[in-house]
Amino acid sequence: MSNVSLNERLYRSLYRIRRVEETIAAIYSTDKIKSPVHLSIGQEAVAVGVCEALKPNDVVFGTYRSHAAYLAKGGDLKRMIAELYGKVTGCAKGKGGSMHLVDVAHGVMGASAVVGTTIANAVGYAYALKLRRKDSVVVSFFGDGGTDEGVFHESMNFAALKNLPIIFVCENNFYAIHTHLLKRHKAANLCERARSYGMPAEQIGDNDLFRIHERVGAAVNALRSGEMGPFFFECPTYRLKEHVGPGDDFHLGYRTALEADSWIKNDPVKRLAEMVEHPRRRQIEEEAEVEVRAAFAFAEESPFPEAEELLTDI
Amino acid sequence: MERLLSYVDAIREATDQEMERDPSVVVFGLDVDDPKAIQGTTRGLVEKYGPERVFGTPLSEDGMTGVAIGMAFAGLRPIHIHIRMDFLLLAMNQLINVAAKSRYMYGGQLQVPVVIRSMIGKSWGQGAQHSQGLYSFFMHVPGLKVVAPTTPYDAKGCLIYAIRDNDPVMYVEHRILHFEKGPVPEISYTVAPGKARITAEGDDVTLIGISHMQLECLRARYYLESVGIHAEVIDPIWLSPLDTETIAESARKTGRLCVVDNGWTTCGAGGEIIARVLESLQGKRELRVRRMGFAPTTCPPTPTLEGLYYPNARTIASAAYSLVKGDDSQWLPGERKDLQEIEFRGPF
Repeated sequence: MSNVSLNERLYRSLYRIRRVEETIAAIYSTDKIKSPVHLSIGQEAVAVGVCEALKPNDVVFGTYRSHAAYLAKGGDLKRMIAELYGKVTGCAKGKGGSMHLVDVAHGVMGASAVVGTTIANAVGYAYALKLRRKDSVVVSFFGDGGTDEGVFHESMNFAALKNLPIIFVCENNFYAIHTHLLKRHKAANLCERARSYGMPAEQIGDNDLFRIHERVGAAVNALRSGEMGPFFFECPTYRLKEHVGPGDDFHLGYRTALEADSWIKNDPVKRLAEMVEHPRRRQIEEEAEVEVRAAFAFAEESPFPEAEELLTDI
Repeated sequence: MERLLSYVDAIREATDQEMERDPSVVVFGLDVDDPKAIQGTTRGLVEKYGPERVFGTPLSEDGMTGVAIGMAFAGLRPIHIHIRMDFLLLAMNQLINVAAKSRYMYGGQLQVPVVIRSMIGKSWGQGAQHSQGLYSFFMHVPGLKVVAPTTPYDAKGCLIYAIRDNDPVMYVEHRILHFEKGPVPEISYTVAPGKARITAEGDDVTLIGISHMQLECLRARYYLESVGIHAEVIDPIWLSPLDTETIAESARKTGRLCVVDNGWTTCGAGGEIIARVLESLQGKRELRVRRMGFAPTTCPPTPTLEGLYYPNARTIASAAYSLVKGDDSQWLPGERKDLQEIEFRGPF
C-alpha cells in the first residue's frame, strides 16, 4: 500500500514537472516567455527523488536549471509561470526570471545564474539552522560544472568542518554548457573529492528515482536524529534539451544522439508510468494537465509590473 | 564628563552591545578569535558569546561571504571581517551578484542583513596589496550601502546602524584611524545614512575628506588658516547613500570644492561627489573643483615613494590655495611638527 502511494506521489511530481517543461518548450517560440529557459527535461528524477524526501520546512538552493527543484519542493506553479512571463504575479514580481526562482514559504531559497554560487549560501543557511538547534535540513543542488568552481571546494570544506545539516546533491549531467566533464577534470571522481573533505559520498546512477529517494531520505533522517552532516550525493543524469532554450542540440556535434539513447529508453517518466495503475495514472495526468493549463492561463492574464516596481526592493 | 574611547574600542563596544541585544548577530572572519583579535576590535567576544557566534574561518573569502549571505537568508545578522580591504576582491561574486541583488531579484522575498567590515592599510610598507581603498567599486552597485566612518563616535554609531539594517553594508575602516581617540557615549546609538557631518566651518573653500583623508583635510585647514584661508571641512561618513545636499550647500557658499579621496581618482568617489554637486548647482553657482587621491599607480612600500603616493595635509592645503587664489598661485606650506601624521609602525 505504501509503495503504491509512493509510486503515485513520485509519478505525480515527475509527470507534472515534465509537462510544465514541455509546455514551456512548446510555447517558447511565441515569445510570451520573457526569460531564457534552462529546461530540466531528462533530469527531473533527481529533484523529485530528493525533494520527496524532504519536509515543508526543509529548504533547497538551486541553479539556473531549477524548474524541477522549485516544483518538486512545492514552489507555486502559477507564480513560476507568471515569473517566466515577466508578470507582477510572478514569484519575484517579474524581477528574477527563470534563473532566479524563489518561494521562501515553500523552502525554495533561490537560484543563481553564476555557477556554483548558491552552494555557499546553502552552507550558511545550514550554519544558521545548527546554531538555532532547528531540525530542518538544507539541500544544495548544483551541477557538475559547479564542482569546477572554487566556491564548491571552500563550501564543502567549511560545511564538513562545522558538521552542518546539509546534503549536497550534484546533478551530474556531464556537460558544462557544451564541454564534457572529462575535458575539465583530470580525475573525474566527484565522490572522492567529497570524501576528501570529510563527508560520506555516494554515487546513484541511471536517474534512479527510487534509489535517490531512499538514500537521500536516509541521510535526511540521520540529520534529523542528530547525526552530523554533511552528506554528498552525485547523481549522474542527462539533459535532453539544449543548454538554454527549448530545442534539441545534437546537431552541434559536442554530443551524439547515440549517447542520449539509453537515457531516453530509461526515461524515468516512462518507467514510473508503468508502475502506476492505469485509472490512477490517468487521473494524475489529467490533474496535472488541468493545473498546467491553469498556470499558463494565470500568467497570460496577469498584468506586467507597474513602473514603480523598477525602483522597489533595491 | 565625556568618555574617550579609541576607534578600536568603539567598534568592539558596538559589536558587544549588538551581540548582547540580538542573539542573531554572529561575527566571523580570518583571525577573529586569535590572540590579536583583529587589532582588538573583537577582543573578548568569543569568551562572552562562544565559538558558535564568534569564530575564525578557513582562508575562503569567496565561500565565507556566501556563507554570510546564506546565514542572513535564514535570519542571522552576520558580521564578516577582513583585515585588509584588498581581500574583498576574492568575494566580489557573492557581494555583487548575490548580496546586492537578492532583495530585488527575489521580488522582496529575501533580504541580506550582512555587515562586511574591512580595513584599508597605509604606511610601514603595506605596499601593493595591503593599501587599497576600493569602496568606489561598491558605491557603483545598487543594493549595497557603503560607510567609511572616521571618528570613534561614528565608528560605533555606524556599525550599530549597519548591523540593524536589513541590507548589506560595506563598513570601511582605515588602519590609521584605529588609533584615533574621541568621545563615545556608552549607551547604544546609531549614525544613520543621509547626513554628512560638517567637521569645521569656513567660507573660502570646501574640503571633503573620505576615510583617513578626513584627518588630513582637518590638518590642511590649519595650514590654510596661516595664509588667511578658511576651509569648511565635511565628512560624508556614508558614501552610499550619499548626502549630496550638505556638500552642495557648502560648495554653494564657498564656490570651491576639493574632494580628497582615499583611493584613486579615476571613476572614484571624488568624481562621483563632484558630479552630483555640479548637477545640483548648475545654473545656480559657478564652481571651481578639484579631485585629489592616490597617485595613479600601484602603492609602493618604500617611504620616499609612498610619501609621494598619498595626498597629505600640505598638498591638500596647496591645492585648496590654488582653488581660492587661482591656478597661477602656487604655495606649499612648510611642514609643522604639530600637524604630522601619527606614525603607524609595523609589522601589521
